[in-house]
Amino acid sequence: MQIAVVVNGEEHVRDVEPRLLLVHFLREDLGLTGTHWGCDTSNCGVCVVHLDGVPVKSCTVLAVMADGREVRTVEGLARGADLDPVQRGFIACHGLQCGFCTPGMLMTARWLLDHDPDPSTEDIRAALSGQLCRCTGYENIVRSVRWAAENGSEAAS
Amino acid sequence: MTNTPTGFGRMTRKEDARFVRGRGTYVDDVRLPGTLHAAVLRSPLAHARITAIDTRAAEAHPKVRVVITGAVLADRGLAWMPTLSGDVQAVLATDKVRFQGQEVAFVIADDPYSARDALALVDVDYDPLPPVVDARTALDPDAPVIRDDREGRRDNHIFDWEAGDAAATDRVFAGAAVVVAQDVLYPRVHPAPLETCAVIADHDVVTGKLTVWATTQAPHAHRTLLATITGIPEHRIRVVSPDVGGGFGNKVPIYPAYVCAVAGSMLTGRPVKWTEDRSENLMATTFARDYHMHGEIASTVDGKILALRVRVLADHGAFNGTAQPSKYPAGFFHIVTGSYDLEAAHCSVTGVYTNKAPGGVAYACSFRVAEASFLVERLVDLLALELDVDPAELRMRNLLRPEQFPYTCSTGWEYDSGDYPRALALLLETAGYRELRAEQARRRELGEHLGIGLSFFTEAVGAGPRKHMDIVGLGMADGAELRVHPTGKAVLRISVQSQGQGHETTFAQIVAHELGIGPDDVDVVHGDTDATPFGLGTYGSRSTPVSGAAASMAARKVRERARIVASAMLEVSPDDLEWSPGRWSVRGDPTAGKSITEIAAAAHSDLDLPDGVEGQLDASCVYNPPNLTFPFGAYLCVVEVDPGTGQVVVRRFVAVDDCGVRINPSIVEGQVHGGLADGIGVALMELIAFDPDGNHLGGSFMDYLLPTAVDCPSWELAETVTPSPHHPLGAKGIGECATVGSPAAVVNAVMDALRPFGVRHADMPLTPAAVWRAIQGRPLRGDLAID
Repeated sequence: MQIAVVVNGEEHVRDVEPRLLLVHFLREDLGLTGTHWGCDTSNCGVCVVHLDGVPVKSCTVLAVMADGREVRTVEGLARGADLDPVQRGFIACHGLQCGFCTPGMLMTARWLLDHDPDPSTEDIRAALSGQLCRCTGYENIVRSVRWAAENGSEAAS
Repeated sequence: MTNTPTGFGRMTRKEDARFVRGRGTYVDDVRLPGTLHAAVLRSPLAHARITAIDTRAAEAHPKVRVVITGAVLADRGLAWMPTLSGDVQAVLATDKVRFQGQEVAFVIADDPYSARDALALVDVDYDPLPPVVDARTALDPDAPVIRDDREGRRDNHIFDWEAGDAAATDRVFAGAAVVVAQDVLYPRVHPAPLETCAVIADHDVVTGKLTVWATTQAPHAHRTLLATITGIPEHRIRVVSPDVGGGFGNKVPIYPAYVCAVAGSMLTGRPVKWTEDRSENLMATTFARDYHMHGEIASTVDGKILALRVRVLADHGAFNGTAQPSKYPAGFFHIVTGSYDLEAAHCSVTGVYTNKAPGGVAYACSFRVAEASFLVERLVDLLALELDVDPAELRMRNLLRPEQFPYTCSTGWEYDSGDYPRALALLLETAGYRELRAEQARRRELGEHLGIGLSFFTEAVGAGPRKHMDIVGLGMADGAELRVHPTGKAVLRISVQSQGQGHETTFAQIVAHELGIGPDDVDVVHGDTDATPFGLGTYGSRSTPVSGAAASMAARKVRERARIVASAMLEVSPDDLEWSPGRWSVRGDPTAGKSITEIAAAAHSDLDLPDGVEGQLDASCVYNPPNLTFPFGAYLCVVEVDPGTGQVVVRRFVAVDDCGVRINPSIVEGQVHGGLADGIGVALMELIAFDPDGNHLGGSFMDYLLPTAVDCPSWELAETVTPSPHHPLGAKGIGECATVGSPAAVVNAVMDALRPFGVRHADMPLTPAAVWRAIQGRPLRGDLAID
């Protein structure tokens, strides 16, 4: 069936199978491989994108459910050459190692700061508790999000 | 964090710029024109004879190109492949299936969804056989024989191996005043990197060249193995391992689907891609641990530890597919002597086949140091309980003293350097140990159950000396090639493969340190066998100890060449030059000198050089480490236990690590953080259990639990620095230290909390059910889902 999805501000019209997962639509049909696929069961969160501004696990959302809606992926986080504060925070605080969970972490962190510009470390841990990281032990991710909260006013956006 | 130091120090990572933009390139991100997609049909049974496979319906699917079965592979001699431990493993089952999830057929279609659809169209007839699920029954006389493919095989025995002096150990035990014994299970767990395994095989029928894009920690070893398995000449095989989304040992072996993809590309003339799903990853790729251990510790009445005696039953699954130096079937488990000065020790390990997935050496275990470290640290705590001595005090009394290094332990390892009491003292001070014990006493009076657990570990990493260590005959040395371009910018090519460790940054810092240039002026190339020197890859915390040393030595050779070039430029003897970072200068006249950039330009120019001195500025090194390195650490965990629910909450975790010289402290600390989270996971929640039919009970992240941000405390780190005397940089490696050292601290903390209930020991994972059952005096055997 035909769907029209605005991804990172650009509209894409595609014919897709009704069963196609959003994560595969983004990766295979649109070539946006920054969003990863990790578990199929909504546990790991490497596939998190924003759907109409809300973080969703795109491995358990059908592409057709995004019809007529807006998707934002990690590729849409920076404004041109200017990184989002959460991206800068992850670099500054060594908030990533292998990088595989990072896009999902960044998208959830962005949503958190959009709704709570000054979260406590407990708030950050709770917000990220639906996402797994096997490398960092989370500490530097929490610090990265705090860094973004403290330096967010310098955001290019 | 400040950028950019010249050499060692904190700096942000070079690789992060692409990762935070979603511009990493993992195997599944690679797009080759004309790619076909594959899916694997897997056995639903743990043990069964295959009586028939009918692929006609699948082949009739309009989008299916080829269905590969064991019979198809057998015609080409590919139905079986060598493992990394001298055994063979079925690529696709021909005679029997031997574990649930075993590969039976490989379907190649135009797209991944169609390949999956067609799996349901392959009709396999199975004749079920009784499975061996409990390793402790594997050697029973009436146990079903799993490996009847092997000529003359009548049982499930793989190997017996021992280390240490049994007679001397028995003598010490016979005369010891105190002996404490305990059965300890280190259950089957899984490394579960967030990126699952994937491969793209692209065989060019015209040139005969095979390019394999794979999630691998050891690209060069994979190239050699692929040549051995497929018969394709090794110089026509290129293995590319781009960004790897975590490995932890899971991406060391070659998996059956990789071989199927190669066969599929040769059959179709197209690139064939296969990306595993999470269930496949958890059910069929290499697990970790599964050691059934019986440990005994002997001491004097006043707590001088005298000896250790250990027996292990090792569950290796259906094929012996562990990855470790071939002389050591139990890996480095014989470092079970730990950090203590013993009179004698002996350990014996028996490996058996069961109807479970193959593997065993993974999950940052440092070749089974994880199992050893856990056992000895549990035994020391049990001894402290028996003697009613504080476990910190007991450890301090028995730790090796600094003046005993280099120290040869009772099972033969030579520990290179260490100051153990200093690390333990720093831990107790950092944690506020005395205050914690006082708080515990107060809380106990209130009926609250605070537990404080310690562990002290000695790691053995950086395998290893070629004379003693190889993987399938490949000596564990690693190469590095350094080229300084005419403008003074450098490219370093290395044999090891980052899976998140940050090699592009750390190795640039090593070259920067040696040449006195900025790390941003050094690019690091890895993950492509056509572009890098041979080496054994990244696992066992060996990158910095082995390949880091190779990089350092190559840079020193470049520095010496630069000295000769500078002497020609300055028309002085090389002996009259002295080095300061980035510059050779005339001794006593620092103004007369040449920078590396100037020297690089001259080395590529028409400058006359002495006879026998080559132009340009490059060097290579194959580093053969003289010994392992032995990082160590002291850990403390504080937990609270709710005896009503069995729930454990980790309140604090304090870690003192000594990994010798730290090249990038931020990266080192990140490695420790990750390993500590592993320890929380393994100790409290991670488990691959089986039911009596051999059904895998942990096949998704809904069943196989991993720690999240709310399960982990804010880690508290401290450090001591005891350089390795034999590593050119004094570095020891850090990657697996925390995974090795932390589970014992967590379990010891929970046992400490449960002391008022008379609980001596409970096996991991200490889930709420396991803790509650331990309190009730009815410990759970969680690994078999048996009451």
